[in-house]
Amino acid sequence: MSIRGKAYIVGAFEHPRREIPDRSLTQIHADVALGALADAGLSLGDVDAYFCDSGAGFGPLSMAEYLGLRCSIVDSTETGGSSYLAHVGHAAAAIAAGKCQVALVTLAGKPRSSFEGFRGFQGEATPESSFEGMWGINGAVTNYALAATRHMHEFGTTSEQLATIKVAASLHAEHNPNAFLPHAVTVEEVLESPMVSDPLHRMDCCVVTDGGGAVIVASPSVARDLARPMVKVLGHGETVKHTNNGRVDLTYTGAVWSGPRAFDEAGLGPADVDYASIYDSFTITVLETLEDLGFCDKGKGGEFVMDGALVAPHGRLPFNTDGGGLCNNHPGNRGGMTKIIEAVRQLRGEAHPAVQVPNCRIALAHGTGGSIATRMGSVTLLLGQEDA
Amino acid sequence: MRSEAGLPVPAPSPTAETAEFWAATARGTLLLPRCDECSTVIWYPRVFCPACGSQTVSWIEASGRGIIYSFTVARRGMGPYKDAAPYAVAYVELEEGPRIMTNVVDDDPGSLEVGMPVQVVFHDTGEGSALYRFRRAGGGDR
Repeated sequence: MSIRGKAYIVGAFEHPRREIPDRSLTQIHADVALGALADAGLSLGDVDAYFCDSGAGFGPLSMAEYLGLRCSIVDSTETGGSSYLAHVGHAAAAIAAGKCQVALVTLAGKPRSSFEGFRGFQGEATPESSFEGMWGINGAVTNYALAATRHMHEFGTTSEQLATIKVAASLHAEHNPNAFLPHAVTVEEVLESPMVSDPLHRMDCCVVTDGGGAVIVASPSVARDLARPMVKVLGHGETVKHTNNGRVDLTYTGAVWSGPRAFDEAGLGPADVDYASIYDSFTITVLETLEDLGFCDKGKGGEFVMDGALVAPHGRLPFNTDGGGLCNNHPGNRGGMTKIIEAVRQLRGEAHPAVQVPNCRIALAHGTGGSIATRMGSVTLLLGQEDA
Repeated sequence: MRSEAGLPVPAPSPTAETAEFWAATARGTLLLPRCDECSTVIWYPRVFCPACGSQTVSWIEASGRGIIYSFTVARRGMGPYKDAAPYAVAYVELEEGPRIMTNVVDDDPGSLEVGMPVQVVFHDTGEGSALYRFRRAGGGDR
């Protein structure tokens, strides 16, 4: 069974704020849920399936109660920043199986203003913490820097090439009034920003923001009755890539497995993609993912991103036209939801006119969660216009 | 605790699965689990072979030699590493196969290179265990 054409994204909403000290985590979940439902032309009473991560209380148990939902399906698949793309895939499969009709997926987080929503260990920690926790790792950047060093060593990738990815995102963020970093930057400015963890500079890193987002996935019969443009779910692929019993390879991501699964289900290939939302926790995340999804050969990502390839509307592969996690928003330290939302905007023709890709029929959204140097979730979605 | 190199030496939290591994580090020995069924060397240490599913595993003594698979120089640190920067976090590929996360201790971490041969050193935590770190092969424990 395939999910191709069995479900549609009918509503999407990105919280407009980037620092939200005055609202609780659950309030932000409610903000984005109501925003996405209003966008779809639906109400809370229409929702019969709910998806969220593990960040709020008891996950979907706590949130279904807070939101007053009556659900036949809930799912709290936790694969870090890629969770929300997995949720859309799982929602589409549940809809295709007849288990539900209207699925709500929400994300909220407040890492900028508080530790509310901090995802700590519950119960006994798994063993890796004692073999990775003593070396002075400063969050994700240390891990992603390890991948960047190795990629540079094997393929000659340069800091200038990585910086070019940030520059492209910043050119898009200029057109987004809600972007956390709304100003264009140059390659030189990226390279002159302070080194955080060699070879990654401060501007190779994404922003830290409060916020959230939500999408509504619905059955074809529900979607047809709504006024909004229909965004068809064409394919979904997901995986976990881990250290593989001490044989970790830092030069590729889980996208090498999730990408082909999604393309196969959609009956499409990389050349069919008009717009791509590529997870951009760091510049190296984008570069490796582009290679792994087949937009260029392994090791050629550095060459691929040059000459404005990623810049909308006319680059070879316009990416992250909202400014991405690198410049716009990385709510809750999780960029997956905003990857879906900007792909929906592009397919509806509702991206900012300066970055709207002409005749955008096929969009790819890719999420990465956890750490590229240890264990990561990778999820790829292919979405299309109604006739795709 | 602090090592001679000025790096903090935070103590790990041994579990029923890893107590023997950590006790050996205090004696200056790096143990690796090896599967009794399929001979796969396992990392991180666990009494389970993720290659074949066996739960019979024996400890072997690592040579302590390896090469740098990748590294990064942290330009600032947090928690116990607040005043330790710059320092190198690395994956070292052991002679026995596994790539393990660690520190490479060096006066000039920015001059380290991928592929460089390294040798294990142990930094005592004072709590019945030691951290396995590495230095350039042939140099002193600085």
